[in-house]
Amino acid sequence: MTTLTEKTPFVPDPDAPVVTSTKGLLKTPIVFGVVTVLVALLLAFKSREGDTTFRIAADTDLFELPEITVPSTPSLATVIVLLAVCTAASTLLASRNRRTPLWLVAVFAVLAVVGFLAWAAAGEAVPMVGLLSGSIALAVPLVFGALGGVLGERAGVVNIAIDGQLLFGAFAAAMFGTIVGSPWGGLVAAMCAGALVALVLAFFAINYFVDQVIVGVVLNVLVIGLTSFLFGQVMTENPTGLNDPPHFSRIPIPLLGEIPIIGPVLFRQTILVYIMYVGVGLVAWALYRTKWGLRVRAVGEHPKAADTVGIKVNRTRYTTLIIAGLIAGIGGATYTLVSVPQFGEEMTGGAGYIALAAVIFGRWDPIRATLAALLFGFATNLSGVLSVIGSPVPSQFMLMLPYVVTIIAVAGLVGHSRAPAADGVPYRKG
Amino acid sequence: MNDETPQTPETPGGGGSAPEPGPSLEKAPSGPWPSVPQDGSPEPEPESSGGGAGAGSAPASGGDTPPEPSSRWREVFREIATGSLLVSVLSVFLAVVVGSLMILLTDETVRESAGYIGARPSDFFYAVRDAVVDAYTALFRGSIYNTNVEGFDRRIRPLTETLKYSGPLILAGLGVGLAFRAGLFNIGGRGQMLLAGAAAGWVAVTVDLPLVLHLPLAVLAGAVAGALWAGLAGFLKARTGAHEVIVTIMLNYVGFYLVFYALSRQGLLQAPGSGNPKSEAMPESAKLPKLLGEDFNLHAGFVLALVAVAFVWWLLNKSALGFRFRAVGENPEAARASGIHVGRTYTTVMLIAGALVGLAGVNQVLGTATSGVTVDLDAGIGFDAITVALLGRSRPVGILAAGLLFGALKAGGFSMAAAEGIPVEIVLVIQSLIVLFIAAPPLVRAIFRLPKGATA
Repeated sequence: MTTLTEKTPFVPDPDAPVVTSTKGLLKTPIVFGVVTVLVALLLAFKSREGDTTFRIAADTDLFELPEITVPSTPSLATVIVLLAVCTAASTLLASRNRRTPLWLVAVFAVLAVVGFLAWAAAGEAVPMVGLLSGSIALAVPLVFGALGGVLGERAGVVNIAIDGQLLFGAFAAAMFGTIVGSPWGGLVAAMCAGALVALVLAFFAINYFVDQVIVGVVLNVLVIGLTSFLFGQVMTENPTGLNDPPHFSRIPIPLLGEIPIIGPVLFRQTILVYIMYVGVGLVAWALYRTKWGLRVRAVGEHPKAADTVGIKVNRTRYTTLIIAGLIAGIGGATYTLVSVPQFGEEMTGGAGYIALAAVIFGRWDPIRATLAALLFGFATNLSGVLSVIGSPVPSQFMLMLPYVVTIIAVAGLVGHSRAPAADGVPYRKG
Repeated sequence: MNDETPQTPETPGGGGSAPEPGPSLEKAPSGPWPSVPQDGSPEPEPESSGGGAGAGSAPASGGDTPPEPSSRWREVFREIATGSLLVSVLSVFLAVVVGSLMILLTDETVRESAGYIGARPSDFFYAVRDAVVDAYTALFRGSIYNTNVEGFDRRIRPLTETLKYSGPLILAGLGVGLAFRAGLFNIGGRGQMLLAGAAAGWVAVTVDLPLVLHLPLAVLAGAVAGALWAGLAGFLKARTGAHEVIVTIMLNYVGFYLVFYALSRQGLLQAPGSGNPKSEAMPESAKLPKLLGEDFNLHAGFVLALVAVAFVWWLLNKSALGFRFRAVGENPEAARASGIHVGRTYTTVMLIAGALVGLAGVNQVLGTATSGVTVDLDAGIGFDAITVALLGRSRPVGILAAGLLFGALKAGGFSMAAAEGIPVEIVLVIQSLIVLFIAAPPLVRAIFRLPKGATA
C-alpha cells in the first residue's frame, strides 16, 4: 500500500547494530566527494576575480565587528582542499566500519557554503546578518509544520495535510485577526483551524481506516478549494473588514539582542519566533521525557503492545493529532500575521510538502526536523540574497538548490531511515 | 518564491442534475465499522466483489421452499445497495449537496432574504432555489449541452470541450494510478508534465519533418522525458531507499526551474527575439490533429488517452510485468520472497507511469495550448491526476470514468464562474469531497442508512 513509511525489510532484528552493511556507510563519503567535485568545478570553469566581503555587523550591536574581506579565488581553493580532507576522513572512517560523525557533516556543509559564497559574491559584500535572520523568518512556518508532522507520525498517523493546516491557519488568522482586531485573536483562530484539519484527518484515518496518504492529499486540495472559494466569494468583497489583520511586530530582547550576529539573527524577531524556540524544546521534551510522550511513541511503534498494557490507542492518536494541528496552525499564522499582512490564494506555495520533507529528512525527530527546516529556510534565502547582489549562476539554478539538496540528502544521507513502525497503519482492535 | 504553487485551481462542479439538499442529511452515527476492503485502496480483485455472495445464496436455500419474491427483491436491493457503484454515485451526490450549501451560504440574495425570513419566507426559498438551480444549470450548459445557442453543432460543443479537458486528466491519472498499483505514490505529475511538454515542444520547434514523422517523434520525445524524470525517483527509491513522495515533490520544483531556465534562454527553448519565458508556437506538422474540424477544440489527445486506457488495462491484467507490479504493490516482502526483483520493478513502473503522465504534458503542448511551451503548461493537471486516480480506484476503466467526470466539472466550472460569478474553486471542493466520501464507504452507507457491505 501507499503508506508514507519506508520500512526496512533488510534488517530483521530491530536491535541489530545500526550499521548493517558497508554499502550504507559509503553513502556519506560519496556525497562528500560529489559535492567537493562540484565546488571544484566552479573554480575550474569560472574563476572569479576580486575580493568577497562578509558583512557581519549590525548597527544594533553592543560593539562593532569588522567586515571580513577575503580574496575570492584563493579562499575557494582553500575551501576545496579542506573539503577534500573531510571527504578523505569520512572515507577512512567508513573503511574502518564507522559512521561519519554529525559534526563533520556540519563542518563540511558550512565549508561548502562559505566556499560557494566566496566564489559567487566576488567583488560584492554578503550581508550575513540579513542572510541568516531572513533564513529564520522563512523557516518559521516550516518548523511549526515539521513539528506537527513529527508528532503525528510518532503516534502512527502520516500527516500529508500539513500544507492544508498551514493554509487554513493562514486564512483563519487573517480573517479572525481582522475581525477581532488583535494578532493574538488571529493566532488562536489559526491554531483552531490547524486542529480542525487534523480532526478531519483523524476522523477518516482512525474511524474509517482510510489510507492516510490519500486523506492527506485530498485534505490539501479541499483546503485550497475552500480558502480560495471563500477568498473570492467573501474576502474580496470586504477586504478591510475581513482581510486586513494587525500583525506582530519585532520584539528585541534586551541584552541578548545586542550580541553581534547572534543578537539580530536570533533575538530581534517576532513573538512567533520565540514561541518556536520554546515549542521545539517543549515538543522534544514532551516526546522523550514524559509519560505522555512514551505513550505516543508506543502507539506509533507497536499499537498492539500499547493496547495490551491499557493505553487507549485511538484516543492517544486523536489527541496527539489535534495537538499537532494546533502547532501547525501557528505556522500558518506566520504567513498572515508576520510576513504579508493579508491572505492570498494558495499563499503557502506548497510549504507543507517541504515541512513533510523536513520530517523525513530529520528522521522523525523534533530537533533534527527543525534543523532540516532551518536548512530549507537558509537555502531559500540564500538564493534570494544572491540574486539581489548578482551571482554568476542563473537565478533558476539558485532557486532549484534547496530541492536538489533535499534529494541528495534523502538519497544519500538519510537513505533507509526508519519510520515509526506503525506509521500509516490504522489500528483495528481485536 | 511564491510564484511556484504546486496546485493550480481548476474546475469542476457536480453531475448534470441539480439535486436539492436531500432529507437524509443526518449525522452519521460514528463507530467502529467493520473494515471493508474496497475503502479506496487500490486492490487487485476485479470489480465484481460487490455482490456474488448474495446472488449465490438465494437459490441455494431454495431447495424445497422457493424464495419469496419479496426476499428476492430484497436480495437484489441488497446487492445494489452494497455495491461500490452505488457508493460512488452517492458520494458524488453528497459532494454536490455540500457544494450547493457553500454556494447558498455565500450567495448574496440568499443571505439578504434570510435576514427577513420570518416576514417573507417565500423570498428565502425562491432565492435558495434560484442560486442552486442557476449554478448547476450553468455547469450543465458548460459541460454537456448548451440550450442557449442555436444549432446542434454549437449546442453540443460543451461536450467536446469536456472530452478535451478529460484527455490529459485520464493520461496523467493512469500514470498516477499505475504507480499506485505497485505501491508507489507519484506526486510528481507536475514536474513530469513540464519536462515532457518542454521536450515535445523542443522537438516540435527545432526539428523539421513531415507530419507523419514529426508528430510521432515529438510525442515520443515527451513520453521519454516524462519517463526519465519519474524513473529517476523510482531508481533512487530502488537503490537508496529515498522515499518517492519526497523525491517526486522535489523533482516537481527542480523540473519547474529547469524548464523555466530553458524557456528564458535564447538558443534553448525561448522564442527567438522574445523576452518572455515562452517558446515559439508549435508548427502545424507537430500538432495533434483536430478530430471534428477546425470549429471544435477537441484534438487527437483524447484518442491517445483512450489508447492508453486500453494499454494500461492490458498491462495490468494480461501481462507478466503487470502481475509483478500488482504483486509488489500488494506485498513487497512476499513478492521478493517469490523471486520478484522489487527494486527493478519500482524503476520500471515509474518509467511507464512517467511516460503516461508525460503524454498528458504532450497533450497540452501539442494539442490544447499550441501557442508555445510555458511553465504553467501543466495547468494543475499533475495534481488533479491524483484525485482522478483515487476516484477511479487506480483501475484503467475507473480512471477513464473519473477523468470524464472531472473533465466535465472543469469545463462546466468555467462556465459557472462566467455566468454566475461563483469562483471556480468550488469545483476543487466538490472534487476533493467526492474522493473523501468514496474512500470511506462505511461513512456514506451510514449517512444513507444503507445495509453494510457484502463482506460484513
